[in-house]
Amino acid sequence: MSGVKLGAGALDTLLPMHLRFDDRGIVRHLGPGLARLAGKRKIVGQPVLDAFQWTRPSGIDTLQTLLSVAGQRLRLNFRAGRRVRLRGIVQPMEQGAGGIIDLALDLSELRDLGGAPLTRRDFSPTDPTVDILYLIEANNAAMAASRRLIDRLQGAKCQAETQAFTDMLTGLSNRRALDRVLDRLVESGEPFSLTHVDLDFFKKVNDTLGHAAGDYVLTVAATRLRDATRQTDTVARVGGDEFVVLFRGLTDPNTLNIIAGRIISSLEQPVNFEGKTCTISASLGTAISTHYSSPDVDRMMADADAALYTAKRAGRGQYRIAAPDTLQDSAGNDDRPALSRSDDAAARP
Amino acid sequence: MHGLINRSLQNFVQDVYGPEVWTDVVARAELEFDEFEAMLTYDDDLSFSVLQATCDQLSKPREVLLEDLGTYLVTHPNTWRIRRLLRFGGADLIDFLLSLDDLADRARLAVPDLVLPQIHVISGAGDGARYILRCEEVGSGMEYIALGCLRAMADDYGALAMAQLMDPLDDADTSPRIEVTLLSTKFAAGNRFELTGEVH
Repeated sequence: MSGVKLGAGALDTLLPMHLRFDDRGIVRHLGPGLARLAGKRKIVGQPVLDAFQWTRPSGIDTLQTLLSVAGQRLRLNFRAGRRVRLRGIVQPMEQGAGGIIDLALDLSELRDLGGAPLTRRDFSPTDPTVDILYLIEANNAAMAASRRLIDRLQGAKCQAETQAFTDMLTGLSNRRALDRVLDRLVESGEPFSLTHVDLDFFKKVNDTLGHAAGDYVLTVAATRLRDATRQTDTVARVGGDEFVVLFRGLTDPNTLNIIAGRIISSLEQPVNFEGKTCTISASLGTAISTHYSSPDVDRMMADADAALYTAKRAGRGQYRIAAPDTLQDSAGNDDRPALSRSDDAAARP
Repeated sequence: MHGLINRSLQNFVQDVYGPEVWTDVVARAELEFDEFEAMLTYDDDLSFSVLQATCDQLSKPREVLLEDLGTYLVTHPNTWRIRRLLRFGGADLIDFLLSLDDLADRARLAVPDLVLPQIHVISGAGDGARYILRCEEVGSGMEYIALGCLRAMADDYGALAMAQLMDPLDDADTSPRIEVTLLSTKFAAGNRFELTGEVH
């Protein structure tokens, strides 16, 4: 068998990450790349078995067992300092003259090259480690750009969704949002009340002071409606000067009447627009879900509407609650009992 | 053209000339959006009309603008990723020049739909200090970007080199060619490059 003769430096060039140990297992030489990776760790002069922890194959604890796994994939790590994970391959030299181990960084160590200041020159040109680093970095850059795109799309989607459920003039919920909340309330069986709010004298503001004044009055009315209701309630603009308020968990007629009174007096506060005073009022009609054996959205809307028009007919700035015992009748019965705006007991039927 | 290329032009205008100039370019080019998305692809005509609008807005010839863009891609703090990816090409300027053969393939490994022009590197005879880069794309002006990049990369490596465009070979071969003459690979210290661990 003829051996291959190489100069002393040849292995350093071919395998910068190799080490050589002698017949007693003492490390005699580190390739330049491995020397840089090892840094301050003292490896030359140490028994090779002590310099590393041997993970795979298992049972490497003597020079003989190490040499017996020649050609197999080794998993090991430095014993001193940071336990940088490595993979390697061992090859005995002829005539029992020790052996050579070639090492490479484990994939998990590539993130920071095992904490060592390695440069391109520490790797053989055939070693793809630097290319892998390039790919990791290029991939990170591409991912960052993709993430920015995804974030922007996500933001645009949220905005579109918000817009789809928002009345753009007042910032209140719109009809679509109202329907969604209503469906959810009916489905969950949570008690609630539904109040139709119709502004009075709004047309006059629009006609005499113009649309800009009208729009301004609407935004002020929206703010006042929100202020007069709770965070958990839903206030929606469902038409030009029509609003619907959903009171979650609130079904007591007296409380609803107090709130209705508060809403009307709040809306009746004069609004100043470019030096001119706009005065409006509102009529309210309410339907209460607990008045129905099984609440139906359309039915409740119609009943609240009917109560609203009863209030309107009674003069502006009035409120009515659709009374339970007339609910099965057709709307518009003037004789049906209704709770009036006045707290004067005499005014009630 | 890939969004990364369009976005580079946008970033260049915004970082070097200011966001308001980009707004003017958007208006001049009658774009229907304000920003290019790096990960989308745009029609070539659109890209070229934005380029033209940028030249008009800044009153700069296209060659000058594109070379400035090439310099920006390597030297501006905001483009550190590009500089780093280019530095992976080689340990010194010669190594880097020879790696340009693989540039298009390497770019595709990172972003599969990014098509960069194929570059062929021809080593000069003799002292080995002369290289010719043949750019396999005619008419896009990519060679001016490459010229700006090359000059900046030579500085980055600390090398002293001259790079200039060559006249076309003949009427049959109009591929742009850049001639690089290397005077010294270790002229200055150059900028540091760590394989990993740069914190940004």
